[in-house]
Amino acid sequence: MIFEYQIEGGDFTKAGSASSEVKKILRQLNLEPSLIKRIAVAMYEAEVNVVAHAYRGTMTVDIDTGRIFIAVKDEGPGIEDIEKAMTEGWSTANEKVREMGFGAGMGLPNIKKNADELKITSTPGTGTKVEITCFTRL
Amino acid sequence: MKIGEVARLINGKIVSGNLHSGKEVNHAFASDLMSDVLTLDSADILLITGLANMQTIRTAEMADISGIVFVRNKKPTKEMIDLAEESNIVLIESASSMFNVCGQLHHAGIKPLF
Repeated sequence: MIFEYQIEGGDFTKAGSASSEVKKILRQLNLEPSLIKRIAVAMYEAEVNVVAHAYRGTMTVDIDTGRIFIAVKDEGPGIEDIEKAMTEGWSTANEKVREMGFGAGMGLPNIKKNADELKITSTPGTGTKVEITCFTRL
Repeated sequence: MKIGEVARLINGKIVSGNLHSGKEVNHAFASDLMSDVLTLDSADILLITGLANMQTIRTAEMADISGIVFVRNKKPTKEMIDLAEESNIVLIESASSMFNVCGQLHHAGIKPLF
């Protein structure tokens, strides 16, 4: 099953609505609650990143036997130095993002912690793609 | 402790999720930074916060948080209340400071996560 959602950059009132829809679907699949939470937190962090940093993006969720794959792709400034962006505490978030309770430089490290596999590719000036895989049976 | 009891103890007002006020919470976490809340591995906990916006509710939804106490007289908007209702999250308003609410709940037996 493949689902796709649009994410609007800068719109914090709607941030998380795509993750919320996906979490509802995952609940119907009777997966372990702790696994659902890991996936939910990882994709929500990725969705908030698009809202915080990019102009727009898409979230594609591919549910298959054995694994859940989520690709969050955005059109935005991209990440110059991915290794640096993975460092806890490193952030380029603005004041608005911080007012929403984010921008502490913890998003990408937290995605890594919750995902079984994480791949980040980015072209500065074009956009970023975050690919999250969580296995349903290990 | 039942969430309804939490509200009574801190003299707070339940503004959403009254139906779920019988849910038990044994642990709580206090923070205005949602990034920190999202790093918690535990579920079914109580969040004590002074941050009242849509992302507070979304974070609670994603992190399987049962109830939120808004301290320092912060009031959730109608939109936030509706979203909390939809996600079965109990919202409690309190005029007290975060330190005061934490102290009262800790004294009453609610445990910290770490």
